[in-house]
Amino acid sequence: MPLLEVKNLKTYYYTLSGVVKAVDEVSFSVEKGETLGIAGESGSGKSTVAFSVMVMPPPPGRIVSGEILLDGKNIVKMRESELRRKVRWKKISMVFQGAMNALNPVYTVGYQIAESLTLHGGYTKREAGERVKELLEMVGLDPTIAKRYPHELSGGQKQRVVIAMALALEPPLVIADEPTTALDVVVQAQIMNLLKKLKWEKKISMIFISHDLAVIAEVADKIAIMYGGKIVEYGPADKVYTEPKHPYTRLLLKSIPRLRGPIEKLEYIPGVPPDLRSPPSGCRFHPRCPYRLDPCDKEEPHLIEIEKDHYVACWLYAKR
Amino acid sequence: MMSETSKERILSPDEVLRVENLKVWFPLKRGIGDFLKGIPRRYVRAVDGISFSLKEKETFCLVGESGCGKTTTGKAVMRLVPITDGRIYVKVPKTVAEDLWVLGADILSGNVLDLATVPDRAIKPMRRVIQMVYQDPYASLNPRFTVRQILEEPLMIHGIALSREERIEIIAKILETVKLVPPEEFMERYPHQLSGGQRQRVAFARAIIVNPKITVADEPVSMLDVSIRAEILELMEELKERFGVTYIFITHDLAVARYICDRIAVMYLGKFVEVADARRLIEKPFHPYTKALIAAIPEPDPENRKHYRNLRIRGEVPSAVNIPPGCRFHPRCIDFEERRNELSEHCTVKEPPMLEIEKDHYVSCWLYAKR
Repeated sequence: MPLLEVKNLKTYYYTLSGVVKAVDEVSFSVEKGETLGIAGESGSGKSTVAFSVMVMPPPPGRIVSGEILLDGKNIVKMRESELRRKVRWKKISMVFQGAMNALNPVYTVGYQIAESLTLHGGYTKREAGERVKELLEMVGLDPTIAKRYPHELSGGQKQRVVIAMALALEPPLVIADEPTTALDVVVQAQIMNLLKKLKWEKKISMIFISHDLAVIAEVADKIAIMYGGKIVEYGPADKVYTEPKHPYTRLLLKSIPRLRGPIEKLEYIPGVPPDLRSPPSGCRFHPRCPYRLDPCDKEEPHLIEIEKDHYVACWLYAKR
Repeated sequence: MMSETSKERILSPDEVLRVENLKVWFPLKRGIGDFLKGIPRRYVRAVDGISFSLKEKETFCLVGESGCGKTTTGKAVMRLVPITDGRIYVKVPKTVAEDLWVLGADILSGNVLDLATVPDRAIKPMRRVIQMVYQDPYASLNPRFTVRQILEEPLMIHGIALSREERIEIIAKILETVKLVPPEEFMERYPHQLSGGQRQRVAFARAIIVNPKITVADEPVSMLDVSIRAEILELMEELKERFGVTYIFITHDLAVARYICDRIAVMYLGKFVEVADARRLIEKPFHPYTKALIAAIPEPDPENRKHYRNLRIRGEVPSAVNIPPGCRFHPRCIDFEERRNELSEHCTVKEPPMLEIEKDHYVSCWLYAKR
C-alpha cells in the first residue's frame, strides 16, 4: 500500500468572477521513501495540490471531490479537529514557498520550532528546547541560532529553519513547495544537498513542487507534469526526462538553458496558460500545441499507460 | 603629435563604454556612541573597484550571487546611485553631446564624456544613450498607465515626437517590433491585463523606444517561468540585430548567461574575480568561486538525484560592510583551506592581482599569481 494515494482530486476556487478549476481530476501516489516531483508553470495548480494534500485549500478554495488516502485512511472526510490532532505536522508537514515570509518576525526561530513540538507533539517546554537544538544541527545550523530572530538570519539559514520546522515531528511525508525559488544558486544547491541527506538518512517521502524541471531532477524519483489543473504526464524520472512523451513536457525540457553540450536554440511555448475559469475544450494544451490533431479541441484525452508506470494524456498516443 | 592623438582617443572606435576603477560605497549611519568613541564612518562597499569595457553590439554579463554588487554596477552606469570614485567613459551621439554641453557637461574629444562627472542636471539627455530594463515586470510598469501611456512618456520627456499622431505611429512600430500584435489592441491595455512575458516585452519596448546605444538588463528573465524565458532572450537578440544595442546583462544564472552573453564577468563582493569569453569561462573556469557557481547549477538530468553535489564552497556571502582582508573570497574558499600553509601569507593579507592567464581570460586569484 502506498503511503499517500490521491484519487480524482478536484479543488475549485469559488471566486466572484466564476469557478476556477485549479485542480481537476488529479490522481497520484507516493510510496514510502519516494519523492514525487510536481512541475508546471505558474497557475498550473501545483501549489493548490500541495495545500489540498494538507486538507487546507486556501480560501475561497474547496476540495470538491476526490479521495486523499494516507496509510489507507481518507483524510478529506476527517473533521478539522482530528486533522489537527492526528495528521497535520505529525503525518504530513510542509516547507512553504518563500521562507522569508513563513517565519514570524517577532518570535525567535527557536520558539517557532518549539511551538509545533509543544502544540502537536505533546512535548514539554524543556524537552522541546532540547529537540530544537537537535533539529537545528540536523539541518546544518549552529544550535545557538535558536535564540535569534528571523531578520538576523540570511535567506539560506531561514530556509533551513523552515525545513527543521517541517521535520520537527518526523512526519513520514513532507511537502516542499518551491523551497529554493528565492535563493541564490549556491544556497539552492546547498539546500538540495540537505534535502537529499534527509531523504536518504531519515527515509522520508517527499512531494517536491517547482516550476523548474532542473531543480526537480535533483531529488525526484517520479515526476508529474501539470498543465491547466491536470496531470498531463506522470512517470519515473528516468523515463520522463530521457523520453518525454507529452508535447508540453518536451517543450518544457527544451526551454531549459543548459550548462554543457552544444548551444541549441532554446524553445519556448508561445501563448499563455489557460484561464481556468473557462478552460479550453478538449485537451487544455491544444491552443499552444505544435502537434495538434483532429480530436484535440473536442475531446479530452485521458491518462493512458504507454509503458510500465509511465502515463501520458495526449491524443498522439491514444488509440482512437 | 603622437601623444596628442592617443590623448584624443579615449575610447577605441569599436568601444562604446569603458568603466575604470568604479567604486560605489554607501555610508552607514553613525550612532552617537560611534561618534564619541571616534569610530570612523563605515561603508557598504557595494562596488569596490571594477573596470571593464564594452564593444559595440556586445552582450556583457555580470554574474554573481545577490549582494555581490551587480545591480549596483548597472545602476551606476545609469547614474542612479552616487558614484564614489572611478570613471565611466561613454560615447554619445553628436546631437546628445550638444545638449549635454549646453547643460554644462564636459565633452571630451570624440564625443566621449565621463559619466561619473556629468552634473545631475545633465543626466536627462543621457537617458537617450543608456536605458535600463528591470527584473520585475510586475513592479516596473505603472499599473495606472495603459501600454500607450507607458510608451508615450519617454517620447514626450525627450521631445522625440511632438505631435500625438507621430507618437502613436512610433509606438505602433515598436509594439510590432516586440511582437505585441496587433498594436492597436495592446495600446489600450493595462499592465495587469498582460502576462509576465508580455509585460517584459513592454518593458523592453519602453527602453528601446528612445533608441539607446546601451541597455542595462537587470535579471530580465529571473521572475519569469522557465517556459517563457527563451522568448525574452530571443527578443533581446532581435533587438540587438535591429537596433545595434549593446547590453549589460545582469544575472545570477550562468546557464542563461551562456546563451546570451559574449563575455562574462563573475563578481564577488564588489569585485571581479574572473572575466572571459562566455563559453570559455564555463568550459574552463580558473577561479574557485567560478567553479563553485558552475557546480551549483542544476540540470534536468535524473542521474543527479543519485549523488550529492560536490560544492567546493563554504557558508554564505559575508556582508559588504566587513569585507574580509586579503582575497575577499578566502573565508569560503576550499582551495585555501586545503593549502593553508602554502597560501596563508598571501590570501589573507593582500588582494590578488587581476592577471591575464590565457588570451582575454582574466583571473584574480593567488593560485595563479606569482607569489
